[in-house]
Amino acid sequence: MLSVKNLTVAYDDTPVFSDVAVNFNAGKITGIIGPNGAGKSTLIKAILNLIKTRQGHVDYDGQPIKSVQKQIAYVEQRKDLDLTFPIDVFDLVLIGTYGKLGLFKSPGKNEKQASHAALAQVSLTDFTKRQVGNLSGGQLQRVFVARAIVQQAEIIILDEPFVGIDLQSETAIMKILKQWRDENKTIIVIHHDLNKVTKYFDDLVILNHGIVDFGPAKEVYNSKNIESAFSADLSSVLFSDKEGM
Amino acid sequence: MTSLIDFFNALGKYDFLQSALITAVMVGIMSGIIGSFIILRGMSLMGDAISHAVLPGVAVAYMLGINILVGASLFGVLAALLIGFVASRSKIKTDTSIGVVFSAFYALGFILISMAESSTNLHHILFGNILAVSDSDIMTTAVVLGIVILFVVIFYKELLVTSFDETYAKTYGLNVQVIHYALMLVLTLVTVSALQTVGIILVVAMLITPAATAFLWTDKLGVMLILSAIMGVVSSITGLYFSYTFNWASGPAIVIVAALLFAFSFIFSPKQNFFRLKRSVTR
Repeated sequence: MLSVKNLTVAYDDTPVFSDVAVNFNAGKITGIIGPNGAGKSTLIKAILNLIKTRQGHVDYDGQPIKSVQKQIAYVEQRKDLDLTFPIDVFDLVLIGTYGKLGLFKSPGKNEKQASHAALAQVSLTDFTKRQVGNLSGGQLQRVFVARAIVQQAEIIILDEPFVGIDLQSETAIMKILKQWRDENKTIIVIHHDLNKVTKYFDDLVILNHGIVDFGPAKEVYNSKNIESAFSADLSSVLFSDKEGM
Repeated sequence: MTSLIDFFNALGKYDFLQSALITAVMVGIMSGIIGSFIILRGMSLMGDAISHAVLPGVAVAYMLGINILVGASLFGVLAALLIGFVASRSKIKTDTSIGVVFSAFYALGFILISMAESSTNLHHILFGNILAVSDSDIMTTAVVLGIVILFVVIFYKELLVTSFDETYAKTYGLNVQVIHYALMLVLTLVTVSALQTVGIILVVAMLITPAATAFLWTDKLGVMLILSAIMGVVSSITGLYFSYTFNWASGPAIVIVAALLFAFSFIFSPKQNFFRLKRSVTR
């Protein structure tokens, strides 16, 4: 279990959130939802040790998260990358093996085989030699998921993986997430589309500068929580058909 | 054509020309390789800054009679650290920080050089003096070339991942700062070696132009490094030939050839696809 305890993060003197405590369970796909600026990305950056925290800590099965850093795979937002970079699909997936290789070792036969297998898993074998800028949004996202596959991590964190991608890619990625769940991995997904929340996630964290609620998605995803995290208007639109009857 | 034959005859006859050619080739290779990483990391301005910031180090080395590589490396890394410090400890953006720090170092360098005027020639440092390469200069350049190749071979995957996706590299615990400053150190070594061939002012051209040209022809980093080195070598040799034949200064001659190779690639490379781009713009 990944536990976040009393976590406070602030940029300069403005706190993004304070005293956040939440658990992410192994063998579950956990969604994180919340309005823009609620601190979703900040929370996962703190888990990934990418930003300084004011107080609190993050544990994985009782160990500090820093000591299991190589067990975390991160699928970041595609817009943060230079897609003109001279790298093809295969080499990008191969990067996923770098962490466990450590310094001075180059990827060998095993790493290359793993990368080919991961590309086959996301149905991109035909695109192995394609430069990364010449892919559709959905294909590129599947490449990043393939990179996470070769990492063989125990914790996988995805930052808005379904933004701007086709339905086929979304389904393919969801299938991989479910495989990871069956392998008892901890999967954390920042998500923007409230409609699919209960369909995609086992557990749900609702965030708005602090935890609004967390727990099983079917229980936590209710009009009261959505109203307090987002707005009464949104809540009434989303839940009118269920509760109005 | 006779001038080409003259050039080769002269190459056989004059040691100084041989030394110049060997140095130019080595500098072409190392600046092509390191330059590739500089442009891919969006650090062209940083490359320019470091190449100028080594000037006080060169002056101090002359004054104290120590190897200029030592003096220059010291100031190059100091400038890189200071640029990083100012940018991270204030709301000032990195390019502004670069502008402030490197111009200050450059100015300091001018003052120090003028104080040490008796033993050095500012004109040669600024514009290069490839025809006065000594045997020990060749040795130094060869050592730097060795360091560059070893650095890139040993840390290839770290350089690749930090250039393409620094955030990801941090998530698996890679110390990206160490890689950054190691690259800055190697960059200062390359800069000092290139001083002799093209001079401080044009070093940045040797770092950026061959790499930019190579970038237009390939989608593989490994190929880009090799192609960039080849572009650097071709520019160096051809530039040296023009310099010898038409009595042009060697630095500008080499840089003009590099720029022509870039212009050709800009128009004709399939990746750039200039003609189709042009058509779609005019439509």
